[in-house]
Amino acid sequence: MADTSSIHGVVADFDSPDTLLDAVKAARAKGYTKMEAYTPFPIHGIDEAMGAKPSILGYIVLCGSATGFTTAVLLQWWTGTISYPLVISGKPLFAFEFGFPVMFELTVLLSAFAAVFGMLGLNGLPRLSHPIFNYSGVAGSSDDRFLLVIEASDKKFDANETKDFLASLGAEKLEVVEA
Amino acid sequence: MADLAIDPKAVEQLSPPLVTGQPSLHDVTEAVSIHTEIETHRNWYIALAISGSITLLLGSMLAYLVATGIGVWGNNNPVGWGWDITNFVFWIGIGHAGTLISAILFLFRQKWRTSINRFAEAMTLFAVACAGIYPLVHVGRPWRAYWLFPIPNADLAMWQNFRSPLLWDVFAVSTYATVSALFWYVGLIPDLAIIRDRAKTQLRHTIYGIASLGWRGSATHWKNYEKAYMILAGLSTPLVLSVHTIVSFDFAVSIIPGWHTTIFPPYFVAGAIFSGFAMVITLMVIARWVFKVEHLVTMTHLENMNKVILATGTIVGYAYATEFFIAWYSGNEYERFTFINRAMGPYAWAYWSMVSCNVISPQFFWFKKLRTNIPFMFVLSIFVNIGMWFERFVIIATSLHRDFLPSSWGYFRPTIVDILTFFGTFGLFITLFVFFTRFLPIIAVSEVKGMMIQTEHEKHYLPATTANPSDTVKAH
Repeated sequence: MADTSSIHGVVADFDSPDTLLDAVKAARAKGYTKMEAYTPFPIHGIDEAMGAKPSILGYIVLCGSATGFTTAVLLQWWTGTISYPLVISGKPLFAFEFGFPVMFELTVLLSAFAAVFGMLGLNGLPRLSHPIFNYSGVAGSSDDRFLLVIEASDKKFDANETKDFLASLGAEKLEVVEA
Repeated sequence: MADLAIDPKAVEQLSPPLVTGQPSLHDVTEAVSIHTEIETHRNWYIALAISGSITLLLGSMLAYLVATGIGVWGNNNPVGWGWDITNFVFWIGIGHAGTLISAILFLFRQKWRTSINRFAEAMTLFAVACAGIYPLVHVGRPWRAYWLFPIPNADLAMWQNFRSPLLWDVFAVSTYATVSALFWYVGLIPDLAIIRDRAKTQLRHTIYGIASLGWRGSATHWKNYEKAYMILAGLSTPLVLSVHTIVSFDFAVSIIPGWHTTIFPPYFVAGAIFSGFAMVITLMVIARWVFKVEHLVTMTHLENMNKVILATGTIVGYAYATEFFIAWYSGNEYERFTFINRAMGPYAWAYWSMVSCNVISPQFFWFKKLRTNIPFMFVLSIFVNIGMWFERFVIIATSLHRDFLPSSWGYFRPTIVDILTFFGTFGLFITLFVFFTRFLPIIAVSEVKGMMIQTEHEKHYLPATTANPSDTVKAH
């Protein structure tokens, strides 16, 4: 048995989202926990099948929204009433009525930043390299192939046994990928 | 059981196919990526030379303006806002269809948006870039444009006036430009990864690899990605409505008769969507033909967009009528004068051009024959764009040119600099498109694939209820 520390995992290459989904369910049933699927588009139901938790991005965006709104309120209130009070057209120095457009825009702006950078952060991007790119057929995963990787860090992982198991699920191609 | 059977043909009639010719997933990748990979066509250089020259014209006009002063434009008292603000609102409005397609139709789960959203979003960005030029140079001293933002600095020594709609506009337009760019880029990431994976040379692999940020399309990636996309759509929807609302506040919050009206926000938003969809039709008709993606951007897409043009055009026509009714019903003689002057005064030619293009021309789309006729829709979409430009010009020029005192009446005439600058913005718009269509996937590949599989599944479930099991086989 080869030293598993130099192995990222076993890649199984499927030709349709349905076979991939069935394979994920079978692998879970078999007791594998450390797995990842690589697909050209999101597959519905795969997170549930893999036992993945829902994305926490919403909470990150909520923090962005709160920051944006608070910034806009404080900015308009402080500049208008404290830093440089100036009466213009008899309007109040600060009011939510005229302040609302800026509050809304800054809320949206900071929420959008939180959504994009939060998504990249949760996905660990940008990243220059990843072991999956060592797989010879990785280009297919952005075209029309559906990959399932059972990672070497899985407790049940054994290169040969895992490979045989994945072959039994209808994978068209199998490969042990270096870390 | 027979009465429970669903005829697949009837289903197809109700929801016509969004991808024709049954291409495989790989065919879709190929069809969309190929134009970024083939050797640069001679026509591309010709297109770039033409649009690039027009962009240089824009650059020289702006340089002349900055070096000389705003006086090189035709705006003066009483028409202090001329073509600059007309063109600003015109371009911003065009951008709105892109956000509508990418965000609002996404939230409403309109599957037909997937083939056209990338293109429409690009249009948004490029239109906003053209729009942004105008307020920037209209401030007179563009090197002081940072005064528009609350940046602490010694030379201004005071703060912006947050009570002014013009400042709200600064926040609205800059937020809109930023969020549109983010939304567009997020949508591009998985598709840039496709081009990276197909790269034949190391240089391409590196450039697209960096641009795609190392995207791997893992289930974890897609989970967070889909959430981010949904949130961005949810944010962009109220944002796009707010932007044109705030643009209309630039007018409506003033006390000028013809501007000071509460109908402006919804009327501006409808007009923006109207003009934007017309621009998408103009560009898409050309692009689907040039890039041979007629099977991905089908007649269904074009027809749906024409229906939106019909609906929003009718709303715009209704708004024109309401404005006139209120001008009479309000009993305000200045308001009444402005509107009679609009239709019968020295700018009547502009007013009636606007009405013919915006109110009458979209009504032809009631007829299926006409809204599925490509040359007809192309010509009509150009009429709508002309009409919507006239709308902004009419609102600005006719409301300003006859001030309260007849001694300060005037007539706006554009100068050659006005005309060439506006012409130049089209050069910039097209140049950006020329680069976009050469280097980036013009259709959201991963979204189209997801939509194809989803449609396939729906088809798969339908024949299960039919009496004839052989239909199940045919569906594959």
